[in-house]
Amino acid sequence: MNALPRAVDLDLIGCRMCGLVCRNVPGNVKLDGDGVDDAMACPRCGSTLRRRKTNSYARTWALLIAGFLLYIPANVLPIMRTASLNDIDDNTIISGVVELWNNGSADLAVIVFTASIVVPMLKFLSLGMLLVSSQRGSDWARPQRARLYRLVEFIGYWSMLDVFVVALLTALVRFSVLSRVEPLPGVIFFGLTVVLTMLASMSFDPRLIWDGRSNDD
Amino acid sequence: MATAARNTDCLHAHSSDALLICEHCDTVYRRRPLARGEVARCVRCGAELDRHRALSANALLALILTAMIVFVQANIWPIFTLGLNGQFSATTLWGMIVTMWEQGAQVVAVLAAATLFFFPMTKMLVMGWLLWFARLGRRAPGFAPLMVALHRVGPWTMSEVFVLGALVAIVKAHTYFEVVADPGIYAYGALTLLITIFAGVDMRQLWEQTPEPKA
Repeated sequence: MNALPRAVDLDLIGCRMCGLVCRNVPGNVKLDGDGVDDAMACPRCGSTLRRRKTNSYARTWALLIAGFLLYIPANVLPIMRTASLNDIDDNTIISGVVELWNNGSADLAVIVFTASIVVPMLKFLSLGMLLVSSQRGSDWARPQRARLYRLVEFIGYWSMLDVFVVALLTALVRFSVLSRVEPLPGVIFFGLTVVLTMLASMSFDPRLIWDGRSNDD
Repeated sequence: MATAARNTDCLHAHSSDALLICEHCDTVYRRRPLARGEVARCVRCGAELDRHRALSANALLALILTAMIVFVQANIWPIFTLGLNGQFSATTLWGMIVTMWEQGAQVVAVLAAATLFFFPMTKMLVMGWLLWFARLGRRAPGFAPLMVALHRVGPWTMSEVFVLGALVAIVKAHTYFEVVADPGIYAYGALTLLITIFAGVDMRQLWEQTPEPKA
């Protein structure tokens, strides 16, 4: 017997909502959670008890790919238009970062670059890697992979930064013909990317990192 | 209750929450009392299992009430003002949301309204309601569904991201306009500070701290 027993081995289930530890009736709830559960409810909070998040691999892949597809127009299309008397300027995410850098706000340029480019890319690569390695039942660098997942979960929502910047500037820069800011479609795609990648990291079940090959078949 | 009892044998009834399962890797632990400031981490994956509860229901309720007052101020006061050739333009959070809607970015308007207004407000109202009763040693009406709602809303509140966004917007606007910080931005700053304190609080402790009602 392992010194660190897992709930699966002891036939226990922890309620994901309230944390209550419950004993499972053998064969009642499937390990992968992909099948139809026999609607076993937590006696304390009433949530459905599941050993693993439902359809974790399929859902995470779907949301991640959808998020990535929307991330392309989010970067290619302009997110914001600044119009003044004789000049119309469309900004993409990257051109906004460059502008901050050139205007002497290197620190903020780095923050925006991190939130809008590094964090989403880190999410796509990390979740993709976690999905592939867990689906293969790999035991490579498990503690590090677990930590990477927690990092992705923690930083994910900071990507919304640029969306709020565009929204604030749109609301404030309204000087009739002299100077105006308008939102452009890129910002909508970017907002949706952030939501989809957040949903993707929520539907991934970090316990799958530790499940290994033996549980797959 | 009867249907649940048929399927599951709930351990907390007899061993009084003696077990703890790591949500990140499924490792089972025996609960032990923690010293002040102590955080229990999973030996297998390093995730946080449990931490010492330094704040009482009373203290938490006081913080929530403070946060509510600050939240109201953050929402009614303008965030900052831009000036150009003697013209001035200011906005509040809702002014921003309405403008985004009118400018054809309804998706962004809905996202901002949800993550900056409705979800944070729901979170504070629900926490206040639950804590008000927990203070009296009772479970509030609707305890279980509200606890579940709180858990779901949790990751979707983004006030702290908005504060950083406001700072970036100020710096960007500063190149072309006169920028005056308004009280709203300070209220948001204070709100972020309070949110950081809440972030370390696991409301699930209320499940253990309040007695289960007799069915």
